[in-house]
Amino acid sequence: MKFGVVVFPGSNCDADCYHVIQRVLAEPVEYIWHQQDSLSGCDCIILPGGFSYGDYLRTGAIARFSPVMEAVAAHARQGGLVIGICNGFQILLEAGLLPGAMLRNRDLKFHCQASWLRVERTDTPFTNRYQQGQIVNIPIAHGDGNYYADAETLAELEANRQVVFRYATAAGAVDATANPNGSVANIAGIVNRAGNVLGMMPHPERCAEAILGSEDGRLLFTSLLRWGKGGMSDGR
Amino acid sequence: MGAEQAGAVCPWREMGLSDQEYQQILELLQREPNYLELGMFAVMWSEHCGYKNSRPVLKLFPTAAAHVLQGPGENAGVVDIGDGWAVAFKIESHNHPSAIEPFQGAATGVGGIVRDIFTMGARPIALLDSLRFGPLTENRARYIFSGVVAGISHYGNCIGVPTVAGEVFFHPSYEGNPLVNAMCVGLLRHQDLKRGAASGVGNSVMLVGARTGRDGIHGATFASEELSAASEERRPAVQVGDPFMEKLLIESCLEIIAGGYVVGMQDLGAAGLTSSSCEMASRAGTGIEIDVACIPLREHGMTPYEIMLSESQERMLVVPRAGCETQVEEIFRRWGLEAVVIGRVTEDGVMRIRDGERIAAEVPARFLTDECPVYYREEQEAEYYQRLRQFDPAVLPLPQALDQVLLQLLAAPNIASKQWVFEQYDHMVGINTAVPPGAGDAAVLRLKEAGSKGIALKTDCNSRFCYLDPYWGGALTVAEATRNLACTGATPLAVTDCLNFGNPEKPEIFWQFRQAVLGMSEACRVLETPVVSGNVSFYNETNSQAVNPTPVVGAVGLLENVEQRCGLAFGPDGDLVYLLGPWPAEMGGSEYLSQIHGVEAGPVPRLDLQLEKRVQQTCRSLIASGTVRSAHDLAEGGLAVALAECCLGRGKGAVVELPAAALTGSRPDALLFGEGPSRIIISFPPEQESSVRAAAEQNQIPCYRLGRVGAERLQILIADDLVVDLPVAALYEAWAGGIPRCLNQPSM
Repeated sequence: MKFGVVVFPGSNCDADCYHVIQRVLAEPVEYIWHQQDSLSGCDCIILPGGFSYGDYLRTGAIARFSPVMEAVAAHARQGGLVIGICNGFQILLEAGLLPGAMLRNRDLKFHCQASWLRVERTDTPFTNRYQQGQIVNIPIAHGDGNYYADAETLAELEANRQVVFRYATAAGAVDATANPNGSVANIAGIVNRAGNVLGMMPHPERCAEAILGSEDGRLLFTSLLRWGKGGMSDGR
Repeated sequence: MGAEQAGAVCPWREMGLSDQEYQQILELLQREPNYLELGMFAVMWSEHCGYKNSRPVLKLFPTAAAHVLQGPGENAGVVDIGDGWAVAFKIESHNHPSAIEPFQGAATGVGGIVRDIFTMGARPIALLDSLRFGPLTENRARYIFSGVVAGISHYGNCIGVPTVAGEVFFHPSYEGNPLVNAMCVGLLRHQDLKRGAASGVGNSVMLVGARTGRDGIHGATFASEELSAASEERRPAVQVGDPFMEKLLIESCLEIIAGGYVVGMQDLGAAGLTSSSCEMASRAGTGIEIDVACIPLREHGMTPYEIMLSESQERMLVVPRAGCETQVEEIFRRWGLEAVVIGRVTEDGVMRIRDGERIAAEVPARFLTDECPVYYREEQEAEYYQRLRQFDPAVLPLPQALDQVLLQLLAAPNIASKQWVFEQYDHMVGINTAVPPGAGDAAVLRLKEAGSKGIALKTDCNSRFCYLDPYWGGALTVAEATRNLACTGATPLAVTDCLNFGNPEKPEIFWQFRQAVLGMSEACRVLETPVVSGNVSFYNETNSQAVNPTPVVGAVGLLENVEQRCGLAFGPDGDLVYLLGPWPAEMGGSEYLSQIHGVEAGPVPRLDLQLEKRVQQTCRSLIASGTVRSAHDLAEGGLAVALAECCLGRGKGAVVELPAAALTGSRPDALLFGEGPSRIIISFPPEQESSVRAAAEQNQIPCYRLGRVGAERLQILIADDLVVDLPVAALYEAWAGGIPRCLNQPSM
């Protein structure tokens, strides 16, 4: 599976995603400059974390106008895989590729910490290596991760099973104490209705190697490889 | 305008130059300087740029070693780590700006030190911050503390350089004058090492990055005077940072270096274009001619004076290889940045500033740099020194409930968890952080580009010790910083220092300064850690009250195999707990005396540097052989606090039985809370006990069995007397909530 990591001015997790794909997964990967209008035949596009354009305006609000985003939207419409991590998630929201919006963290502070997530769905290209309800340790690092959707949108998200990750306690309880930023319904990650576009605030690329304290994020990437090799039916 | 007119208009005084210095300028130039030239002299001859009060003393530091690729005098020190890789690092102060505008003051401090690192051709991979504030009981201290942390968070997080370690300390001496010291570490290949020299007569000089505005004019002069009520008026001397611009600069500057387009590069920091151009010319023995009319400006109508002295942030001066200007411009344009040729390198050694056709200033570069006056300040032993060191802590009453003392110390902001601080910093970006903040005595980074190697990083300074005894305080600071590296398994390579003191024109302050440098130098020699870079910050005084002498040391160590790194947390039940080093027995200058008895006095703990070296060596070898599972040194709060911290790492309890012999010549509070150096708590599986004893014996250091890891309580017995018996949850409650409670905020 060929990966493309988009580089916006101010992206700062681009090299980390690149490292995981190239060195941990040993899969082909290339950087895609924000001014490109094609995706070089990549199968999976990653919008990495960072502070695109400094995020001086609303997070992701400028990056969504980058020329590359039209190509990303077209790729998504055709069923191509797209992952937005942290700032990438914020850009996907601004671009309308995922529903909802991002607010400042509830306590108005940046939080960089371990975070426990409950895996809500395993029948997606991104999560098929996880167990349903599995509690995974994938860290967060953001100041604007307070996911918001109005009641109607939220009901749709739930009805269509679009919530993929929720903040939980280490013991697995999805409650207010586990919510680091005030996100509605403890939402940490969602997919679009078709299930080929994922946005998540936690950083799976930061926990794909044992030396970093958790390998739970690697399963997200290996899920993609499994999906690429013929869906989830091969049982491997 | 001769000096004889001093009673009338003396613009040099306004700019911070003395009458005598003005006379020197007249003699050097053989004429009167114009206003711009005077301004250039004033900033270049400020303490901040010229080190005129500190240069002779700084020469005392050992700076050489086989692995030092670049020592002091450049933008950063560079040290070889093998296999063609090197690390560049430096620490710098941003105290004065942070005192009046904490958020931007701290943010731009980060920006400045990061530029010093990528200027050398290194990719910045880690930040550390050494912060000191007044007590959190004071409103203004809370405001400055919160603002500084937010400013560092804002800037460091945005540029994608993880903030992995540092220290935070609260003390009344910092109430009006906080200390904000930022350290950056970068990774580079040997062949990419660049220096800030303007070589090659005829080469272009390019200014890149942000436009030049009126911000920060005379910031360097402001940094070289004492703070007072009038300092608020200096707020315009504080710059505003743009971390997004900095991120673009990092990427584009590293790209032009990788492309081989660069002869030399220098960031614009204190004294802006004036100092960066002078320093580049001076290092290469060349001159530089600049036409200010070519400089992209942020505001209309700026004078050559304002342009040359502006401290607008996120700017770099680049001397490209001849004929490569177009490629350089192209790379910057791709990153959305301006790069403009503003002048050229000349052979006459003169700084010539043009404004179009008109010559606005013409001064030999070496007048501004090499001819900067040097002062051998008068020194005098501080009046308090003998008095305070004669204090005998044994006259103080022994507290009844030592367990309550332990809880009180754990909750004290100087000891309590710094989670409130480091969780606001992105400490993981770059995916190198193998020992994150709070998990070990130093941060450890694997180097994903450089094979199995890792580096360990820590800043330290016990300024209470430095106040009570500057010589030994300085030596203890180096010992502690390197010991912290040893506790992760790293071999110290070199240090950088940030010397924060009061007004050096006062003999007692200069005495503190020189004594501290002497003590640090001796420790650096014995522990084999040359000083490769650093910064001096004088005039840290408010209304004539100086801060405690605070010579912060940033230490960098190497782990050949990062898989062998060690943290501080106790492991599985049944592991044995040992002390490497002698029993603690001295309470002088301790956090315990300060917190519990309200006393800051007594002789500082004795330091035997040879013993220190052997203890560090023993710890390192036990980690390298995979013998121990945790290592943590004794620091503020002594043995009891260190044991509690080991328990808190993974929520493990321990039973610690201290023999009566441990009390020889001292008393229980000295044993539990004394802060002697050269002491490390280790834990390991029981079957390793003989290996540990053998290693200690071989290295001729004392070692003592303390007890075992197990259950969920910390129990400490002294000669069968149970003096501490607390659930780990209670320890956690005190420790984790210490800082949030002071800020009236919930624990994180």
